[in-house]
Amino acid sequence: MSAAALPTSVDAMLELLSSRGYLAERALATVTYLSLRMGRPLFLEGEAGVGKTEIAKVLSAALGRKLIRLQCYEGLDVASAVYEWNSAAQMIAIRLAEAGGDVDRDQLTSDIFADRYLIKRPLLQALEPDVAGAPVLLIDELDRADEAFEAYLLEILSDFQVTIPEFGTVKAPHPPIVIITSNRTREIHDALKRRCLYHWVDYPSAERELAIVKTRLPGISQRLSQQIVRFVQALRDQDFYKSPGVAETLDWATALTELDARSLNAEVVGDTLGALLKYQDDITRMQGDQLQKAIKDATSET
Amino acid sequence: MPTSINHLAPPTGGIADNIAGFARALRAAGLPVGPGAVIDAMTALEVIDIGKRADVFTTLESIFVKRHEHALIFAQAFDLFFRPAEEWKSMLDSVPLPDHAKKKPPPASRRVQEAMARPQTHEEPKAQEQDLRLSVSDREVLQKKDFAQMSAAEIAEVARAIAKMRLPQAELKTRRHTTDPRGHRIDMRKTLRQALRTEGEIINFHRLGRLEKPAPIVALLDISGSMSEYTRLFLHFLHAITDARKRVSVFLFGTRLTNVTRALRQRDPDEALASCSANVEDWAGGTRIATSLQTFNKLWARRVLGQGAIVLLISDGLEREADSKLAFEMDRLHRSCRRLIWLNPLLRYSGFEAKAQGIKTMLPHVDEFRPVHNLTSIETLISALSSQLPPHHRSAIRPAA
Repeated sequence: MSAAALPTSVDAMLELLSSRGYLAERALATVTYLSLRMGRPLFLEGEAGVGKTEIAKVLSAALGRKLIRLQCYEGLDVASAVYEWNSAAQMIAIRLAEAGGDVDRDQLTSDIFADRYLIKRPLLQALEPDVAGAPVLLIDELDRADEAFEAYLLEILSDFQVTIPEFGTVKAPHPPIVIITSNRTREIHDALKRRCLYHWVDYPSAERELAIVKTRLPGISQRLSQQIVRFVQALRDQDFYKSPGVAETLDWATALTELDARSLNAEVVGDTLGALLKYQDDITRMQGDQLQKAIKDATSET
Repeated sequence: MPTSINHLAPPTGGIADNIAGFARALRAAGLPVGPGAVIDAMTALEVIDIGKRADVFTTLESIFVKRHEHALIFAQAFDLFFRPAEEWKSMLDSVPLPDHAKKKPPPASRRVQEAMARPQTHEEPKAQEQDLRLSVSDREVLQKKDFAQMSAAEIAEVARAIAKMRLPQAELKTRRHTTDPRGHRIDMRKTLRQALRTEGEIINFHRLGRLEKPAPIVALLDISGSMSEYTRLFLHFLHAITDARKRVSVFLFGTRLTNVTRALRQRDPDEALASCSANVEDWAGGTRIATSLQTFNKLWARRVLGQGAIVLLISDGLEREADSKLAFEMDRLHRSCRRLIWLNPLLRYSGFEAKAQGIKTMLPHVDEFRPVHNLTSIETLISALSSQLPPHHRSAIRPAA
């Protein structure tokens, strides 16, 4: 059993995540640990780019489990999320049976709706046994799918089973580790949240963000990384339509190191602001004096 | 820190009692905490080190809090409930148990009281008279009468008429599929299953078409003093459409913005309206349209306007601080929805001209400008909502280059 690989305390969880370069807040490590121990899905909500999806990836790598990802979108249905029948192959099988002469209808039915004609989509794959242990199932951006799909998930997440009318019920021998993320572009129904452990992932503190930048970009200078973090943290206090997330901080830091910037200045920041701010209105607001002041604040006392 | 749960345990109970008590406290504070969550919490506390207050906090939070808005209430309740042992002891005598918190009388009680009181007022003959008078022609008068000039009885009559109104299910093609004989896709699964019954012979193809569903509606209702004669009836109207349709969100604004969608979901209109007003702090106060729109754009627009929503902005537009900020926020709102309809009761005056600065600023940013002051105008609004929807212009929000 691979259960031995699961961490046995919150501290062990923190260590496991940081061994893969994910520096989590203690609260996030606690809920992740609980979700593993209790076998409950973990529902992560928060602004885009704070590392919700990343934790699933890190978890699967650290535990050596398979990562199965279901990216949600409007119009996602059972055929693309759970399973589909391979109709073309089934059709051929029917024709062959016909050509072969005697057609036993019951026999044909059970032949046609057999495992080998079943195309397994992420949710069904996640229920299958795996030698390395139950996989990590990432249901990403659930807020993009519509309510009908959410209702369908209820059955899967509470019983970890799927019923296929022609085939029977598929039940997971070991429930997968489920991580659901949402950017809150729409409210998720309480019925679904009730089955999960809920956690709001916030922007990291300045110290943690600095540590994250240094872990991800080992070559970056102390001075520049401090300025970057200070600048980004100040941006988040302002009233932007979309505040930059950690992902944007890392993008920006990468951009600045690629440009060989040693320190923030109006020119280099102006050129790269698009890595941080994603709306023209926000960028327009961040011009001139505003920008000068922000840079000055970020570069002072270094 | 001597703050672990262990220290808290009252002489008779253990962690279980504490958690149950805490859950009751949260429920009293308005968090939807079910019995299942209590059991979950017990299970969770078994696997973590309950000596660490922060971990206990996170653990309980992940189970009891299911919406970000509740996090603050939870934090306060946690601090109050799980105090250090010595403090707790002295608190026990002074703090009343939260689950016996004063309960508001249920909203139906006023009506019940009125119903009980009625026989004593000897008004029966009058009521009969009134019933007779509400003949067809009176109904016609009622149709055109301004909401602001109505008597209580007439308002009640109009509220009843509004409650019967149903929004036609304006159809929006989604990307999901459903059985449709004239659909554009073949339902292979169904076709094959049918074929098996006829020894593999396909007799007819089953088809799939796009599933259609109503476009979401988002209503922003001005509840400032100048609108006070209308708000109640508009709320009746919004309640009626919220009840009939799934994707309707309602926000009230005066000096601040309040989301009352959940309150309006309650079946009984009086109950729904009562819990609406309980949620709102700035009833019939001033207006700050620009600030309220900014809050909406920042916190809610992405959440409720996502799938091509129609926005109903119900306001008289009497805003003194009409400046570039108002124009900017109106523009943003306009660009984030499918259609922005401004409903303005001031339009009832035939000689209405957009003279007020606020109205002038807002007008260029709306798709439609209509009156709402009587039943007829609400009815025309409903038929307008069911007309063919213009194409989506959501992409008009400029992403950064």
